[in-house]
Amino acid sequence: MKLLYFAWVRERIGLAEEEIDPPAGVATVGELVAWLTQRGDGYAYAFENPKVIRTAIDRNHVRADASIAAASEIAFFPPMTGG
Amino acid sequence: MTTTIRLQREAFDVAAETALLTRGRTDIGAVVTFTGLCRADENGEPIAALTLEHYPDMAEAEVARHVEEARARWPLLGVTVIHRYGRIAPGEVIVLVVTASSHREAAFGAASFLMDYLKTRAPFWKQVEKVSGKIWVDAKAADDAAAERWSVPPPRREAAK
Repeated sequence: MKLLYFAWVRERIGLAEEEIDPPAGVATVGELVAWLTQRGDGYAYAFENPKVIRTAIDRNHVRADASIAAASEIAFFPPMTGG
Repeated sequence: MTTTIRLQREAFDVAAETALLTRGRTDIGAVVTFTGLCRADENGEPIAALTLEHYPDMAEAEVARHVEEARARWPLLGVTVIHRYGRIAPGEVIVLVVTASSHREAAFGAASFLMDYLKTRAPFWKQVEKVSGKIWVDAKAADDAAAERWSVPPPRREAAK
């Protein structure tokens, strides 16, 4: 699946997007965040406070308990500040 | 209903966009416009400019979903939402929401609803350029509270008389 990162999440990880293949057992957004956090300092910094991170699966807002099973594009970003 | 949704880098003419929505129409009795401008300060500190990052596909979808929601809540005759991204200087327009209806209540309500949701649900992020460096703007609790007031389902609106 494709991951997208925006704003300071993108800056901390150092990537705008990447393709990943998470291991079996990573079934929800929350579990994916926990798995990503192990991947390096940038990820750990980006996800240091998982409660503030917002997630979208295939361009729809979802919560941390959402299943990622059918996801093709998952985006992580800070709370939005448009308008 | 006339709907215009545009996400764009370029500046635009607020008066022209508003005129476009009502041109040739005699059923519209009320037009509300909200224009969001870039200020020259953020939390009391001067800024040189702001840069808006966005998630293009989702931003379009999210704005369209909220325009649909506004149409379900109020008897609207037209909606225009234009949101810029990229670098924006103080004094320039960031966002325009125009709502048109037969009467003012629907136009005011829908404009307010759309702005509250654009602030908290549309995937845009502001970064400001201060003397000390570039800083991401924090989300404001007041904006979340403003959006929250619309989460109670509205009474079904009456059929047009």
